[in-house]
Parts: sequence; C-alpha cells; structure tokens
Amino acid sequence: MDMTAYSLLPLTLALPLAGVVLLTLFGGRLGGARSGVLATAIVGLTFLVAVAIALDFTDSVTASGSLPDGSAGIGSAEDGSTGDVAVGDHGVGDATGDHGVDESGLLGDSSSTDDQHGVVAPHIERSLWTWIRVKRSFADYELVPVTIAARDIPDLSRITPDMVAVVEVQAGTRAGPRTVREELPLMWDPEAIVGVQIFRGAITPGTILSTRVATALGADDKIFVPADLASPGFTADVSLTLDGLSLLMLLIVTGVGFLIHLFSIGYMAHDPDRRRYFTYLNLFIFSMLVLVLGGNFLMLFVGWELVGACSYLLIGFWHRDPANAWAGRKAFIVNRIGDMAFVIGLMLIWTTYGSLAFADVLPAAAGGAVTGSIAIAIPALLLIGATGKSAQLPLFVWLPDAMAGPTPVSALIHAATMVTAGVYMIARAHPLFEAAPVVLAAVAIVGAATALMAALIALVQVDIKRVLAYSTVSQLGYMFMAVGAGAYAAGVFHLMTHAFFKALLFLGAGSVMHAMEHGFAHGGAHPADGSGRESASMSDASFDPPLDAPSSASHAPASISTPDLDVDGHSEVDLGGAGASSPPRPDHFTDVPAHQDMRMMGGLLSRAPITGWTFLVGGLALAGVFPLAGFWSKDEILLETLARAGGSDGGTLWVVLYGVGLFTALLTAIYTGRQLLMVLAGAPRSTGAKNAAESPWTMTLPLVVLAVLSAVGGLVVLQTFGAPLLHLLEPVLGAHPAEGGPSKLNMALMASAASLSGLAIAYALYGARAIDPDRIATALPVAYRWLSRKLMIDELYDAVVVHPFQRLAPALWHRIDEGVLDRVVNGAGRSLIASAQAWRHVQNGRVRSYGLSIALGAVALGILLVFADRLSGVLLP
Amino acid sequence: MLVLSGILFAIGASGVLLRCNAILVLMSVELMLNAVNIALVSTARALGDLDGQLFVFFSLSIAAAEVAVGLAIVVAIYRSLGRTDVDDIGAMHG
Repeated sequence: MDMTAYSLLPLTLALPLAGVVLLTLFGGRLGGARSGVLATAIVGLTFLVAVAIALDFTDSVTASGSLPDGSAGIGSAEDGSTGDVAVGDHGVGDATGDHGVDESGLLGDSSSTDDQHGVVAPHIERSLWTWIRVKRSFADYELVPVTIAARDIPDLSRITPDMVAVVEVQAGTRAGPRTVREELPLMWDPEAIVGVQIFRGAITPGTILSTRVATALGADDKIFVPADLASPGFTADVSLTLDGLSLLMLLIVTGVGFLIHLFSIGYMAHDPDRRRYFTYLNLFIFSMLVLVLGGNFLMLFVGWELVGACSYLLIGFWHRDPANAWAGRKAFIVNRIGDMAFVIGLMLIWTTYGSLAFADVLPAAAGGAVTGSIAIAIPALLLIGATGKSAQLPLFVWLPDAMAGPTPVSALIHAATMVTAGVYMIARAHPLFEAAPVVLAAVAIVGAATALMAALIALVQVDIKRVLAYSTVSQLGYMFMAVGAGAYAAGVFHLMTHAFFKALLFLGAGSVMHAMEHGFAHGGAHPADGSGRESASMSDASFDPPLDAPSSASHAPASISTPDLDVDGHSEVDLGGAGASSPPRPDHFTDVPAHQDMRMMGGLLSRAPITGWTFLVGGLALAGVFPLAGFWSKDEILLETLARAGGSDGGTLWVVLYGVGLFTALLTAIYTGRQLLMVLAGAPRSTGAKNAAESPWTMTLPLVVLAVLSAVGGLVVLQTFGAPLLHLLEPVLGAHPAEGGPSKLNMALMASAASLSGLAIAYALYGARAIDPDRIATALPVAYRWLSRKLMIDELYDAVVVHPFQRLAPALWHRIDEGVLDRVVNGAGRSLIASAQAWRHVQNGRVRSYGLSIALGAVALGILLVFADRLSGVLLP
Repeated sequence: MLVLSGILFAIGASGVLLRCNAILVLMSVELMLNAVNIALVSTARALGDLDGQLFVFFSLSIAAAEVAVGLAIVVAIYRSLGRTDVDDIGAMHG
C-alpha cells in the first residue's frame, strides 16, 4: 500500500483546525475580507489534499488486490517495520492517470477498472494516539486458552515478511466465547509473530509473546494469555479510517465546502461579523471530517456533536434577532434527544462487543456474534440518533427552522453535509443494522414517511428557503429508504448527488435573495411603502389561495417567525409585521421576509441569468429529470426498493414503500416545478424582482461548478464509465446486485414518467394556468390549511412537550428549588451563625479562666489515664 | 522526689490560677515547668534510662525561650496599660 495517502490523512483534519486557530488568533488583525479568503484558501487546500489522497487511494485499489487485511498491514507499519509488501495477484494496471485535479475531481474519485469485484477493499486505518485508556487491575486477569496451529514458524531465523501463520484463537468477548481463525503475516520482528492483530479487540495490537513461547509452539499447542489482553480495558483511540466510503465523504465535504466558502466571500461581503462566520465554517469542516474519518464510534460521535455545535452556532449566527437564537436552540435541543439515544447505543455497543472500533465491532456484528433483543436495541438507538441529525420523523422539526442561518450555511450544513451524517452512520454501521431486519425495515419506513410528508408540506410553502428545507428533509427520507432497503451504495450515491444539487439550489436561493435585496435597495419603491406589496398582492391571488379560516392569530407562540435577514446591511422590512398593511385575506405566510418570498419573485431568469440557469439545472436535477444527477440516484433507490419486494423477505411492505417513493418523486417534481416557475418565469411581481441584478463572480462561479456537477454527477454509476462509484463503495458496503428485480429500463421509465408528469402538472398549475391552484386549495380547505401549517407538528410538540415543560419548570423552581433546596442551604448557614454566637462567649479573654480550663482538662486527662483500662470498653470499643 | 515535684507543681498551678500579677504568673509557670523537670529526672534515674535527662534539656531551653517571650509581652502590657494585672487583659475576648 502506498504510504502517501496514509500520511496525508491527518493533514485534512489539521488544515481546517489550523484555520480555526489562525482566524481566532489573528483574524482581528486580518479583517473580515482577508479572513474569508484565508478560510476559503484553507478549505481549498484541504480539498486538494483530499484529491491527492483519492488518486493515491484508487491507485492502491488497483495495485494491492491481495492484502489479507489492510489494517494488519498498517498495524505492522506502526510497529516500526516497513509494512508488508502487497503482491497484487489480480490487480489491474489501469489506474486513474487521466483524472485531472480540478473541480470535477469529485468525479475523479474512481478507479476505472472493470473486473474488480473480487478486490479486497484497501482500508487504511491510523491511530493517532490513544485518547482514554482504562487499565484493569491485575486481579482481573484470568487465563484464556489460545490455540495456535503453527504451520510455518519452526525456525525464527528463517522468517521472512511474507510468511503467514495460521492462528486460531479461542477467546471470549463479552458476547460470548468464539473461535477466530486468521492468517497472519509474520512480520519483521519475530517477537511479534503471534498475538499481534489476532482478533482485534480480543488481543490488542502490540501484544508480544516471547521468543521462547513462539519457538516452543508446535501444532495444537496451547498457550495462555491474560484475560486482560483478551478484553482490554476501555480504550478510545483517536484513529482515522480511510476506505471508499469515508473517501467519498471526504471529497464531498471538502469539495462542496470549498465552493460554499467561495460563495460566502461574496454573500457575506457586507456582514461585520465575517470573521466569526468563517471561523465557524472552518470549524464545521474540521468537525465533519472528524465525523467521516473517525475510525471508531467514539470519534464518529465526537464529530457528530461538534457538527451539532457548529450548526447551532451558525443557525444563530445573527443572534441579535431573538428568533434566530431561538431557532439555534431548537435545533440544539431536538438534536440532543437523538444524541442521547445515540450515546446509549454506543454504551450498548461497548458493553456488548467490548470495543468501539469499527474494525472490531462491524466484523463481529456481521459474523452474527450478537443476537436477540440487544441486537435490535443497538441499531434502534442508533436510528433514533440518526433521525435527530438527519431530520427524519419524528425529530425533523428543527431543520426548516434552521434556515434562520445564513443561506450558505443552509447549503453546506443543512443540506449538503451535516444532515447526511445519519445516512453515513447507518451505511457505516450497516452490519449492526443487518443483524436486525426489523430495524432496517423501520429505517426504510421512517424514510419513506418522512419523504412523503415533507414533500407534501413543500407543496404549499412560499419561502424559497423553506421549500428547499422541506425538500431536503424529503430527499434525506429517500436516502433512509435506500439504506433501509439494504441499498447502501444507492443511499450514499443519492447523498452525493443531493449534496451537489441541493448545495446548488441553496446557493442559488442565496444568490436570488441577494439579487432581490439588491433590487429592493435600488428599485426606489421599497415594499414597506406598500407599492411592492401591492403588486405582490395582485399576483398573489394565483399562488396563495383564499381561506375562510382566520389564521392570523393561529401562529403558535413557538412557531418561529422567519427572521429579518440583514444580509446587505440594509435593514429589511419584515412583511410579517406588515401584515397590518391589510393583505387581502388571511395569510399563513405573513412572516416571510420579502426577499425570500417566492410570491415576490418571478422573471429572474432574464435578470440574473447565471443564477437563473444554474438554479434551473439544480431544480431539474432535484426533480429527477434525465440525465441529470438526481435521476440516476433516485432511480437507483426506487429500483433497489422494488427489488427487495422480490427478495426472500419481500412482501407488500417494499411494494408500498416503492409506491410511496414513486409518488414522492411526483410530488418532488411538482413542488420543484412550482418553485422554478415562481422564481424564474413570468413577470416580476415586486420591485425587488424587477430591479434584481446578477451576483458577483465569487457567487456565480460556485453555482456554475455545482451546476456542472449536478448535471453529470450521476454518471459515475454507469457501467459505460466503469461505474467508479460502485467500485469505490462496494468493498465497504457490500455489493448489492438487484437479482431477479424489475428491469432497469422499466424502472427508469417509471421514474422519468413520475418526474416529467410532476413538472407537467406544475406547469399546468403555475405556468399555463390550465387549472387555477386556488380552486384546488378552495376545494380542499382542510388539506391546504394543514399543509400550510406544516401538519401542525410544531404545534403538537408544543402541546405535548414544550408547554408541559414550561409549566413544570416554574413549579420546580418555586417549590423544589426555592422551597426545599434553598432552605436547606440557607438553613445550614444560619445554624452555623447561631452556634457561633453561642460559643463566642467561651472566649472571654480572661487568662485565668483559660488556665482553669487547662487545669481541669489536665485533671480530666489524668482521670482518663488512671481509669483507662476500665473505661476502654466504653470509650474505645 | 516525685512527691516534691508534685508539691512544686501544685504550688505553681495555684499560683497561675490565683495570682493577678503577670510576672508572678510567669514565675509560677516556671515553677510548674521545673517541677516537671524534677519528675523527669527522677523517673529517668529510677528507670536507669537517660532519655528523661535528655528531655530535660529541651524543656529547659524551651522554658528560657518562653520566659523571654513572656517577659517581653509583660513589658509591652505594662507600657500600654501601666499595670501588669492579668485580669485587665481582655481585649481579645469573643
């Protein structure tokens, strides 16, 4: 294995962290603009490092087909030897020489080989240092027999690095005793022949059996190792892992992250707090890399929490508006619920498998080491954690509100990277999930339900960012459906394409908002004076159906009014407050700022052409139009879902899920088409739209790059191009041939039909006005009301969770805290004062009374001495 | 000898408790210390052990130091109050 990638890996973490430190220490001196450039340059550099790693990695895929165990090789390298030399017996020389290192390097993460199905995954793992180590006491040692069938180690002097020992270990983890048979490369150091890397987790790397023991071994000899080695105390390594999955995530995070940094330079150009913004953004990149590169569940969890913290910080970035801070808190608290389950899951993994390292836990789980309820509990708890982070039912409520943050943050964290952590985690831990088919089915059901629900809500939103937010929730549901169906590669594939087109759409939305603000600022007539609103209200009629229900008072206290985003430094008037300017009828969306309100847009395709066209590409990719990226990945998911129905555990469940998925694809196309038409087509409906202008190049360049990626990013699964993505992922996630499934062509036609008919419906409703959408909404008032108010889920949580807590908290405060705890504490103080007041009179200042006390005390002691033997039973038991 | 030492100690103790003059109190304290010294020496002789005699040296040197400090305090009290009555010294009471 080439060592370059291996040694560069920590650099990808060090660079963003260095960025954070630099910006924190010297950012004040640098100033906002240069801080942004520095942060962007650092992430760009990280991306280049990632690309270098990727090229190196794919080289070694082709060159090192025959590694018995990749981690063993690195483990030996860490022991000071030079590592085993991989002899590729079926490695194919066709490496990735022709992939340029450019923005489309994301596509270059491929090894264009065509007969690689049997290749063992190169899996680089590196432990940077051990973080926590809890040694157990010597008394805990017990002897566990280890049988070693020594085949090739008769004479230590003749050992060469490529010799192999067959080692059979009978050792117990807490999951029960089991026999592990492994072929071990004999390493340079003869003393390290046995014991090293046998059944990691049972015998720790570095266990050295003495030369005497090793030479004494014959066939069927038994040796004993202390139980301490068989189950070491709790250790937590800061270890990095690199395989196809984490490599792909690494490229997505750094690549998309770089583009979004670049975009932010333009977008945040007028914000006084740019330095803080870029520091957080770099910190986020670092955290996300910890998450995807971590070699054990604890590292994953640390990254998991760090990205949560960054998300909180960036949602509440404009914290001077309480609504933003509130949204940040909401995200934080909702995530805590999931994280708590996640932590409990980790503890269960530790107690069950005796380790947290992927290299220990996952093979053990795949080997069926654990069965019964614990095998269900672990993935179930992990699933709850994933629903929190990836905004699935029932913990999705924070994501739409997270749009209070700056738009590039929404693109990076709340669409492209962080929210996909749950999908990544499930794909990473899939052996655990596969041990419990019930949970796997639950994952798929949760995903499908979320996808459908979020798509329905997205149909009626008018805030450009909220449509995208619900669309993100919906697409994450697709990914969950895929991994639930066991199609991990398809889920991760959709993760990737979604990262491209959703980042594009969010950045496009940011650019649109930027353009709108520009328009409002320079258009003379500000919406506050009524003229802008007037024109909006006129055309409103077609987009916002009338309602009988009075709803102006219906906003729940906890529902967040979308904040007054102050991007340009111009104070923007919140039309929510302008609800007093008498909209023609009750409006569920009075709290949408003007520059985010799609009812105010229109005709932007001609006014901001680059933004407009790239937005169009992103939208069509989201809708799943052939041949854009979204088509391939969504098609793959639907195909795999239906393939499950034909499988052994098939049944109506998967058919139903497929139907839901297909219907959601239709809905996706409808709301996307609606959004595209409202934003881009038609005549401008406000002064802002009328005077909108194109954004600067730092904003449009990322858009163009992402548009290209969204357009062609789906092609990486095609056999025509060597299906590089699947070659990258299959060694990690397992091949998933859809055997006996429906034909691919039919499936593609179905998916295309869904998306195209969705777009057609959207055009009929909002473009050609063949049917007035008002009429539909009027015909279904209940449905419209529920959808426009997000199915009342926020209200439900308020009623069930928030309000009881808000009532409970004052009760606890006054009764328990003030009534009991405070009294106990104050009482302790008061009683001390009282006793001191009583005893101070003893200290009377008279020397002779002190003398008397001494004398009396002496007499008492004398008596005690004299009668000590008789009193001993009383005083000294 | 132990009886002599006991008598001397009793005289000293009553002097400490009953006299008012600080100098006399100090003298009584010296008397008590020396009574203890006698007891130590006599015990050492009775047991044939030198430890007791050795200990007396420490006791003597400490007594000397104590007298020096005590007299200094008495002088200071006399300078500030004009008297040396121990019952007048009560400024530190609680």
